[in-house]
Amino acid sequence: MLEYDIVVIGGGQAGLAAAIEAKKNGIDSIIIIERDKELGGILQQCIHNGFGVHEFGEELTGTEYAERFIDQVNTYDIECKLVTMVLRITNKKIVEVVNSEDGYMCIKAKSIILAMGCRERTRGAIIIPGTRPSGIFTAGAAQRIINMEGYLIGKKVFILGSGDIGLIMARRLTLEGAKVLGVAEILEYSSGLSRNIVQCLDDFNIPLLLGHTVTSILGKDRIEGVVVAKVDKNRKPIKESEKIYECDTLLLSVGLIPENELSKDVKIRIDSNTGGPIVNQIMETSINGIFACGNVVHVHDLADYVSEESKRAGRNAAKYVKGEIKNSKNVIGIISGKGIRYVVPHYIGVDDIEEYIDLFMRVDRVYENIRLSVISEAEILKEVFRKRVCPGEMQKIKLPLFHFKDRKISSIKIEVREGG
Amino acid sequence: MKEENIICIACPLGCNLQIIRNRSSIIIKGNRCKKGEDYAIREVTNPTRILTTTVKINNSFLNRLPVRTNKPIPKDKIFKCMELINSIEIDAPVKIGDVILKKTLGLNVDVVASRSMKKV
Ligand SMILES: Cc1cc2nc3c(=O)[nH]c(=O)nc-3n(C[C@H](O)[C@H](O)[C@H](O)COP(=O)(O)OP(=O)(O)OC[C@H]3O[C@@H](n4cnc5c(N)ncnc54)[C@H](O)[C@@H]3O)c2cc1C
Ligand code: SF4
Repeated sequence: MLEYDIVVIGGGQAGLAAAIEAKKNGIDSIIIIERDKELGGILQQCIHNGFGVHEFGEELTGTEYAERFIDQVNTYDIECKLVTMVLRITNKKIVEVVNSEDGYMCIKAKSIILAMGCRERTRGAIIIPGTRPSGIFTAGAAQRIINMEGYLIGKKVFILGSGDIGLIMARRLTLEGAKVLGVAEILEYSSGLSRNIVQCLDDFNIPLLLGHTVTSILGKDRIEGVVVAKVDKNRKPIKESEKIYECDTLLLSVGLIPENELSKDVKIRIDSNTGGPIVNQIMETSINGIFACGNVVHVHDLADYVSEESKRAGRNAAKYVKGEIKNSKNVIGIISGKGIRYVVPHYIGVDDIEEYIDLFMRVDRVYENIRLSVISEAEILKEVFRKRVCPGEMQKIKLPLFHFKDRKISSIKIEVREGG
Repeated sequence: MKEENIICIACPLGCNLQIIRNRSSIIIKGNRCKKGEDYAIREVTNPTRILTTTVKINNSFLNRLPVRTNKPIPKDKIFKCMELINSIEIDAPVKIGDVILKKTLGLNVDVVASRSMKKV
């Protein structure tokens, strides 16, 4: 059987950053397994700019960002297997893979890094009544078709859901000469980044219909239109407000789900809020030596955050291989308090804390002029002020090590505090 | 004095900026970094955007090569620039940063490849 110190599953941003960092931390025997023909993952279809402002201090496109990391993988001479699918992993850390060259293969790893990314929710996941004509795409699939394969998918487009990919595609389609009639969002706020509403919708006068949804799809072979209605405060469509938009294409941008079939199969504990593995601050899952990072853990809106988190996973997987991870019983739970939908990591392994801990979180709705408070019992460990927060924009709080050193804390809670 | 609120699009953090304009000065508040200030001033004087799109590429494993303007271009030139880019074809191999169109539309801006693509 083939043996490696670290097997990285997925060659997207997360897998690349983790592998490079593990290599920098002294591990030579690393392999990246990727099912696609090339490395880079989702970034290869992200031709828009807005990546790496914080990591590189300049604004790159997704493809430029990916190429910088792929170059490093090549410079460090890290082994990759492309067009190779991971079928299963076992709790003995055997990775079962298949490709057309080697057939079926088992690889024994000392440590595994899960970096499989996420997949898009489809129409099935949201259930719209009506016919099932052609011309309905998920926004990410449309992005791939237009940007890589080079086909325009339609001329008159309606978009359901205001996630970032949908917003980016509204601009992309407009630039390529299609007419985007509108973007309907069932919530009262967009789940996309504010900057994307400005530069993808406002710049081109594309209406954003907040509190609206598609109630039915018209057309037999090809889609001919959609029925759009306002929703009441229980998100129920209001019949009288229904309006028909004639279109030949409907894009769905209704969210992403971490891709965790492999993790569930080996019984790694999953958080039902994030859809990803439960992890500690070094990105270790409920199975010692199996780490996870990037969109497989929780959906990120910033590639830089993916890189940060993945470096942490890579560095600590290297430590694990060298026997430097303590994994003691000394843990601190992290609780999502009022206003917080989830926090990653889920708990802190005190004896493995590096200099600081990054807490990533999402709030449950839009708030203005609030503080995000990290509390232990009644004591406030840290507080940050935010003028505006929304669920679409991930929040980050840095906690230095001194908060935890030589103290008996059993849990910390993060909550939104309103009023100044 | 005039006050205006805009969202900074210079990076994905999307700070809420206040622009306070006097007859002789522009004051920017709410930016977390210097880039935000520059963006706000440009936005109220001469709004520009980086244009990213693709161009047809021959003999590679993909049909389209992603390209970008190496500097922001005036907003009202975006569709003219798209027309021009859609009228050309190029051949692989291409290296990231290769100039695809020089001094586009007479502006001091080049259209460059935003990834490398091998010949197959
Ligand atoms: C459409 C879109 C637009 C974005 N826009 C921005 C932006 O403007 N700015 C910004 O900073 N960030 C942006 N992001 C966020 C960020 O770029 C991504 O979250 C990040 O690239 C995700 O990296 P990843 O490695 O976790 O996932 P992915 O890139 O999805 O990589 C996962 C990889 O794993 C492989 N894989 C999965 N399962 C298997 C298996 N069983 N066997 C082998 N291989 C497997 C997949 O083929 C894929 O290559 C965007 C994200 C998306 C989806
Ligand atoms: S002000 Fe700076 S940090 Fe804030 S959005 Fe603009 S570029 Fe980003």
